[in-house]
Amino acid sequence: MTGIEARVLQPYKYGFVTDIESELAPAGLSEDIIRLISEKKGEPEWMLEWRLKAYRHWLEMAEPKWANVQYGPIDYQAIHYYAAPKRSNQLKSLDEVDPKLLETFEKLGIPISEQKRFAGVAVDAVFDSVSVATTFKQTLAQAGVIFLPISEAIREHPDLVRKWLGSVVPYNDNFFAALNSAVFTDGSFAYIPKGVRCPLELSTYFRINAQATGQFERTLIVAEEGSYVSYLEGCSAPSRDENQLHAAVVELVALDDAQIKYATIQNWYPGDEEGKGGIYNFVTKRGKCQGRNSKISWTQVETGSAITWKYPGCILQGDHSIGEFYSVAVTNNRQQADTGTKMIHLGKNTRSTIVSKGISAGHGQNTYRGLVKIMKGAEGARNYSQCDSMLIGDKCGAHTFPYIDVRNSSAIMEHEASTSKIGEDQIFYLRQRGLKAEDAVSMIVNGFCKEVFRELPMEFAVEAQNLLSISLEGSVG
Amino acid sequence: MQPMLEIHDLHANADGREILRGVDLVVHVGEVHAIMGPNGSGKSTLAQVLAGHPGYTVTQGFVRYEGQDLLDMDPEERAQAGLFLAFQYPVAIRGVTNAYFLRAALNAIRKTRGEPELDPIDFLQVLEEKLQAIGWDDSVVNRPVNDGFSGGEKKRNEILQMAVLEPKLAVLDETDSGLDIDALKTVAEAVNRLRSPSKATVVVTHYQRLLNYIIPDFVHVLVDGRIARSGGKALALELEEKGYDWVKPEPAVA
Repeated sequence: MTGIEARVLQPYKYGFVTDIESELAPAGLSEDIIRLISEKKGEPEWMLEWRLKAYRHWLEMAEPKWANVQYGPIDYQAIHYYAAPKRSNQLKSLDEVDPKLLETFEKLGIPISEQKRFAGVAVDAVFDSVSVATTFKQTLAQAGVIFLPISEAIREHPDLVRKWLGSVVPYNDNFFAALNSAVFTDGSFAYIPKGVRCPLELSTYFRINAQATGQFERTLIVAEEGSYVSYLEGCSAPSRDENQLHAAVVELVALDDAQIKYATIQNWYPGDEEGKGGIYNFVTKRGKCQGRNSKISWTQVETGSAITWKYPGCILQGDHSIGEFYSVAVTNNRQQADTGTKMIHLGKNTRSTIVSKGISAGHGQNTYRGLVKIMKGAEGARNYSQCDSMLIGDKCGAHTFPYIDVRNSSAIMEHEASTSKIGEDQIFYLRQRGLKAEDAVSMIVNGFCKEVFRELPMEFAVEAQNLLSISLEGSVG
Repeated sequence: MQPMLEIHDLHANADGREILRGVDLVVHVGEVHAIMGPNGSGKSTLAQVLAGHPGYTVTQGFVRYEGQDLLDMDPEERAQAGLFLAFQYPVAIRGVTNAYFLRAALNAIRKTRGEPELDPIDFLQVLEEKLQAIGWDDSVVNRPVNDGFSGGEKKRNEILQMAVLEPKLAVLDETDSGLDIDALKTVAEAVNRLRSPSKATVVVTHYQRLLNYIIPDFVHVLVDGRIARSGGKALALELEEKGYDWVKPEPAVA
């Protein structure tokens, strides 16, 4: 066996279980369960109606099979759609959060105390189906920014939520989005008023803890005219032999001259070396550049999950609006990823940039799937796409499916693609200069991903690099 | 005096083919040795085996470096112990700047020596000094390692790395190949400036011309995986004149 070959994977660092009593809805999906969720959340009637409409639609839909991933049938009746740590009453301050939960998030490196190191970041921490804490609410409120768990936002700002919920990803958009619309439990809501530059990074951390549950969060961010917000989400889950479903929906709306930067560091449990267990990450994320000169930028670092199925996209409706997608996706061991983006150009002089870096190691299968669509009215649209794949070892795979649909002849499209194999010679070169093999791989891979990492907020760029090194640890013998 | 490097009866294979067939070589501190030989004679293999390239298997013999069993060490351990290989074909590392890479390498080596790590600012100072010592500007420092470099720039970059990492034993593998005469002079001059009585250099080359600038103490001719002849610097000139056929082993007399 030569040097480059999968060996042992470093045990998943975030695989612990928090021993906390939780309230669990009975397994299975029905109108009664949806009514129960809605009731638990104290929702208004319109919200329940919307959920039921989505559910009835979902019943008629079929699970999509076109992705380049393989998995057994999902039993939707075996999943618990609501799980929440038990607590006696509504929290008044962060001090009242169950210490076990605080400890859990501390252990994950997510501070939900308003401490110095992350003084520039407001965090909403979601544990199974509920948000357990949101920091810096006051600081944000002073700037007029609303940052709340979405269940609270539905109660406290029903008009705002009702106006925008489903406006980008309708309840019947696709199978998993419909499922989410029916059963979503928590997630974050952010509203940046006109002309406000959000004073903090907003961040949500999602943790799945309970067994045999799914997590169905929903995030909605609205940036009014001339506002700016940068948002980051992170996630992890315990190591279990079963597959758990995570079907989220994220909607972003940017009005005239507004800008939203949305970053994801996805580290769901990827399953073991043999591919047992792990999260099915089936997610719908879409942003709408509704206003002129608006800009939405997606950055994702996908290192976890057994299977990833997500295509964060932008609808470039406003003239001169800009959509960006920067992605690093890693598949090691038996992980599978089918991910990419959709850029739909509607407005004039709209621009989009796609930079995708896929890294495959072990038996991992990594697929880039992207659609760039230039509609008739999108005079002067431009797209630049770059898809690079890196292979580590000879049992993994990289696949690229770039779709281009141009209906306006003034469009300018550029597409670059490359596939490289991380070479024994590269690793040897760095080792000859004194670096350990793991450090050599880490350096090569981080260099490969540099264009994406530099899009991450400073606080998280280093974390992303470390995460990448850990995910690939042991992939080189 | 104990030699710095002692190679004894070294045999090595690549893909099941025997390339080195019993190499013997002794290098003392302060010496410069040139290894010459025709294409395919095993010169580059010898350099790669010394550095520990995983593509080669040593089947016989031993190599001692400063009293240690060199063949038992990982490539990075050899580097940390002061062995440096200037590659014939330096590879590119996209997205990683020379400065970042060099600092990581230097710190890895310093760590094994029990020296504190250098922060980026201290490191830049070291880099400046080294650039000055070899008389080069900092144009390559913030470019990605060897990415888009010309052949000459790549070779110069190897020498810059050597200057920063301060090896005890430097092995230069065909550092002259692909260089025009001016570039050759620049590189040779830098190598000469880095010479020291406490270090040793092994220069692997096909052509004599490099040895006009890096004057060796000893010249060895490698033919068919063995050192066929050794001598002083005059041997290189003789080879230049007579060609490699001159040293080929004479056919056995029946």
